[in-house]
Amino acid sequence: MRQSSIIDIISPIMVGPSSSHTAGAVRLGLLARNLYNGMPSKVTFRLYNSYAKTGKGHGTDKGLLAGFLGLSVDDVRIRNIFDLEISKNFDYSFEYLEDFNRHPNAVDIVIDGVPNLTISGDSIGAGEVVINSIDNFSVKVNGKYNTLLLVYRDIPGMISKVTSKIPVNIASLNCDRNAKGEDASMCIALDGELSQDIIKAIHDLPSIYIVRYIKKLES
Amino acid sequence: MEKSVNISTFEELAKACEHYEKTIYELSQEREAELSEISVPEVRILVKKSLDAMREAIQCGMNSDKLSVSGMCGADCKRLQDGFANRHALFGKLYEKIVTYALATSEENLRMGKIVACPTAGSCAIVPSVLIAVSDSLGISEKEQIDALVTAGEIGRIVSNKVQLAGAVAGCQAECGVASAMSAAALTQMRGGNVSQILNAVALALKNLLGLTCDPVCGLVEIPCVKRNPFLAIHAVTASEMALAGIESKIPLDEVIDAMEQTGKLMSPMLKESSEAGLAVTNTAKSLWKKLETL
Ligand code: SF4
Repeated sequence: MRQSSIIDIISPIMVGPSSSHTAGAVRLGLLARNLYNGMPSKVTFRLYNSYAKTGKGHGTDKGLLAGFLGLSVDDVRIRNIFDLEISKNFDYSFEYLEDFNRHPNAVDIVIDGVPNLTISGDSIGAGEVVINSIDNFSVKVNGKYNTLLLVYRDIPGMISKVTSKIPVNIASLNCDRNAKGEDASMCIALDGELSQDIIKAIHDLPSIYIVRYIKKLES
Repeated sequence: MEKSVNISTFEELAKACEHYEKTIYELSQEREAELSEISVPEVRILVKKSLDAMREAIQCGMNSDKLSVSGMCGADCKRLQDGFANRHALFGKLYEKIVTYALATSEENLRMGKIVACPTAGSCAIVPSVLIAVSDSLGISEKEQIDALVTAGEIGRIVSNKVQLAGAVAGCQAECGVASAMSAAALTQMRGGNVSQILNAVALALKNLLGLTCDPVCGLVEIPCVKRNPFLAIHAVTASEMALAGIESKIPLDEVIDAMEQTGKLMSPMLKESSEAGLAVTNTAKSLWKKLETL
């Protein structure tokens, strides 16, 4: 259990005012940034429910943008992120929605670029977050582990083909299939690091469309 | 005897301290080191990082009267300092320091300054204000401040084994309530209290805060959170004074935590951070909501 660490009780050092609505938002932005790993032409942040209702007052909008631009949770520039040079040259917008089928603190990060990508996640309390879907594939990325994410044509034997190439301990593995059952996603949380060579070797496997290596969050 | 890594109740903690003839912070930092696979000095460096950030937040907070984004709060620490400049507090300088540091930190939080969530952002001012005001006034060494903060962390950790430290789960008793109990522990440690006195201080502080609801106005960590922090900082001092005098909580600490868990469960969801009851639905709160929507 993560809370069982005293350091977790007396940290994080963060920009206020809310661990779920500010620090959590920054972390969701950071994870989306790591996941996309490229320069988008435009990003739309769709905030839901409590994120939509109290987001302005908590700086949720600022946090999401700041995270996406690479600022960490304790960076005081978050407060003025809209006025910073890095965001002036960046095309972004916010939408505020209500959908009670979604978590109270849910967000979609809709990225236009090459490729287009929609990343959805929740801020689940005490600054902890989870990315739970990418382009409608369900995934589980919480930023605590380096995570390898794959989208591929669902052919037999794929899991063992991939895992046999991974030289570090696997903390967890989740798979999901899209509606038609043709394409699938795999989400592998790792106890260690993967080199670029290994990531490339996995990418070179037949029938793999997308490979993303999402580094764990430092704070 | 349980290995220190497995300590999950206060009774186990007290027994282990007795068995190994160690203080709470010694056991706690050893456990943390083992768990995170780092050394004890490395654990203490992490703790010092939080301590330094707490000091910084107090400094920044005392020098600002900038309002929060909502405009509801942010200038009260300035008012308090001006007030004390003209009319000294009844309880003296140390009291002035504690409440000033607490308000400074809380306000720094709401204006999106850098703070330490301890255990949460809403309750971020209680532990630092007591710890730093007292150590400044009594000349307590940095080593002892770190000891005290580790002690506070251990208290929060064991409570969190039973009750998630989140207003949405168990009300404000689990945020500001626990922060006040952690402060009582830190203070008792700094003043040379023994293990039993530290745990009694925690029990006394917590017992008195059971049922504290979480009903933030406009859903923001501002009203009542900001002003609650200085109140509960002083509350911690009372608990510590009683415990140091040898006063015991008739209800053992683990049972107090059980009561807290039950109280949290029985508390209506409307009073647990959803802003659907209490202060959050007063007429004034409703008009504040309206104003906020035009922001
Ligand atoms: S009232 Fe609620 S939001 Fe405010 S500090 Fe307490 S638990 Fe946190």
